[in-house]
Amino acid sequence: MADEQDKGDNAKGPARRHERFRGEYPIVVEGLVNRFGEQVIHDDLDLKVKRGEILGVVGGSGTGKSVLMRSIIGLQPPAEGDIRVFDKSIVDAEPDAEIGVRDRWGVLFQGGALFSTLTVGENVEVPLKQFYPEISDTLRHEIARYKIMLSGLPEEAVNKYPSELSGGMKKRAGLARALALDPELLFLDEPTAGLDPIGAAAFDNLTRELKETLGLTVFLITHDLDTLHEICDRVAVLADKQVIAVDTVPKLMELDHPWIQEYFNGPRGRAALTAQALDELRRHMDMPVAAHAVKALDNAPEKKA
Amino acid sequence: MARLAEYDIEDGDGGAVLTLSGPYLVSTIGALDGELRKIDGPIARVDLSDVTEIDTVGAWIACNIASEHEAEITGASERAQRLLGALEGTGSEQDMRPERLPVWTRVPDAMGEKVYNARSGIVGVVSFLGALLISAGNLIRHPRRFRTVALVKQLELVGVAALPIIGLMSFLIGVVIAQQGAVQLAAFGAETLTVNLVGRITLRELGVLMTAIMVAGRSGSAFAAEIGTMKLTEEIDAMRTIGIAPMEALVIPRIMAAVLMMPLLGFYASCMAIIGGAVVGELMLGIPFWTFLSRIQDVVPTYDVWVGLLKAPVFGLIVALAGCYNGMQVKGNSEEVGRRTTLSVVAAIFAVIVLDAFFAVFFTKVGWA
Repeated sequence: MADEQDKGDNAKGPARRHERFRGEYPIVVEGLVNRFGEQVIHDDLDLKVKRGEILGVVGGSGTGKSVLMRSIIGLQPPAEGDIRVFDKSIVDAEPDAEIGVRDRWGVLFQGGALFSTLTVGENVEVPLKQFYPEISDTLRHEIARYKIMLSGLPEEAVNKYPSELSGGMKKRAGLARALALDPELLFLDEPTAGLDPIGAAAFDNLTRELKETLGLTVFLITHDLDTLHEICDRVAVLADKQVIAVDTVPKLMELDHPWIQEYFNGPRGRAALTAQALDELRRHMDMPVAAHAVKALDNAPEKKA
Repeated sequence: MARLAEYDIEDGDGGAVLTLSGPYLVSTIGALDGELRKIDGPIARVDLSDVTEIDTVGAWIACNIASEHEAEITGASERAQRLLGALEGTGSEQDMRPERLPVWTRVPDAMGEKVYNARSGIVGVVSFLGALLISAGNLIRHPRRFRTVALVKQLELVGVAALPIIGLMSFLIGVVIAQQGAVQLAAFGAETLTVNLVGRITLRELGVLMTAIMVAGRSGSAFAAEIGTMKLTEEIDAMRTIGIAPMEALVIPRIMAAVLMMPLLGFYASCMAIIGGAVVGELMLGIPFWTFLSRIQDVVPTYDVWVGLLKAPVFGLIVALAGCYNGMQVKGNSEEVGRRTTLSVVAAIFAVIVLDAFFAVFFTKVGWA
């Protein structure tokens, strides 16, 4: 990392990145302790996020999923422990200090957090202006436009104000802003909350596609079981003030922890699983076994009714 | 600044070849973009094989050059190909801001809207007052529905909690009037008339007027913000579905509190101002404190007190009405709460001052000069 910084023009300001992160773990959290007054949120929490994966983070309400994310992006200084993003510790840095990683991540907040006085296009331009003022207006406008379209918004959305957008479109606009700097790391806080099932599925697909084309590492907080089954490579479970397990969904389901069992094997968990199995079978409809199984599963609920 | 990304044009077989080399990233492209745009063709091939790193911005630039010169892209790494594929069909010419109408349509537009809104605003306030009277009537017929606890709480918030700040403000106003008045009156050798000045102006005008302004800033704005937020969080709708009339539960206690508290606060403010004047009298004019106070009794006619006390509840009504009405008008987003709160304070203070002018003329005409 050191000679990478030397290559940049140090005299002119912060070191610029010219190489993508090659290490194995872009995010490493060690021994994290967070407390609000007497209340301990995290106690000796460890978590490593692998490069190029979509890591889902689940946990009951109040287990500190959002606090964990805010700690990693440096908005919530932890009481103890170390957090390294791209091998740089962000614990000691002030919330607004320049630490050379802020231009390498994008964050989508729950409500989109778009600047309400700016149009969607201008929202996407804000980080570009902030970090790369030397980029010409023409190019910046072009970048904003294609980022917005990459996020699955129609062309006309560019000059709309956030108040004129629906909830789903706001999230996509927020995603476009998060992607403005071509980050390597993307934080999503409950991206599908409040979206209808069709919109949620579309957003899931978008996340996966973007991860594959842009080579992103995604840290995704969610309650959506379908999202977990569909797009997450691994899932971290927050309970008892720690990350109690990080693994793929099928392996997590074998674990003998009451919360995990209730979460994945409860009625909603099973429904999501069945839905995914059905999708999988439909992809192999040319095989007679699969066709039979799909028919049987499709008919079963009707007979009951 | 040493450039990391470079480009080179060579003549190859079948036309010029543009070779891009180095990292083509959002962080390196700024210095290069202008030059790349100025290249005039013809270019047959854009070679990406020396590009070490590429992101969507780099891919976008390559894509742009290629399509402008109808060149083909060669030597793209797997990642570059993926990015180029993703960018296909994302070209667009949309402006960043919505189209602005020319000045000669925009200004009359805004003007017309203002006038139209003013009309609906007046209609709105009048019908709000009507609804208020109807629910007041309902409450008189069904006194058990009256919310005593809410009223007491509002009395505390509007009245008791305001005592320190209104006291301090009035005291200082009294000090200023006495001090400035004494300086001017000294020119006629009439310093002793400072007592008349302070006593009459505070009891008749300033005590109540300043209190109304203070209450508008403290409580009127709070009414608008509270009710507006409740409107946003659908608390008001929830009340209606349970069968509680928001008029009775929220608006009437607040308005009653303001109407009942204003005369008390106004009188208290006048007293504090007179005390302030008396302090100045003692320290600067040589009029002993207690003499100042007993002189007030002689020089201020009783009807001055009545003038103040009669105006006070009307001002209270206006301030509370502006707050509650604007709160109930909140729709949409949190920005609207702020806008309506500001509006409630501005409208209340404006209305109070206009009415005060009418009262001044009226009371003089009826002989309470």
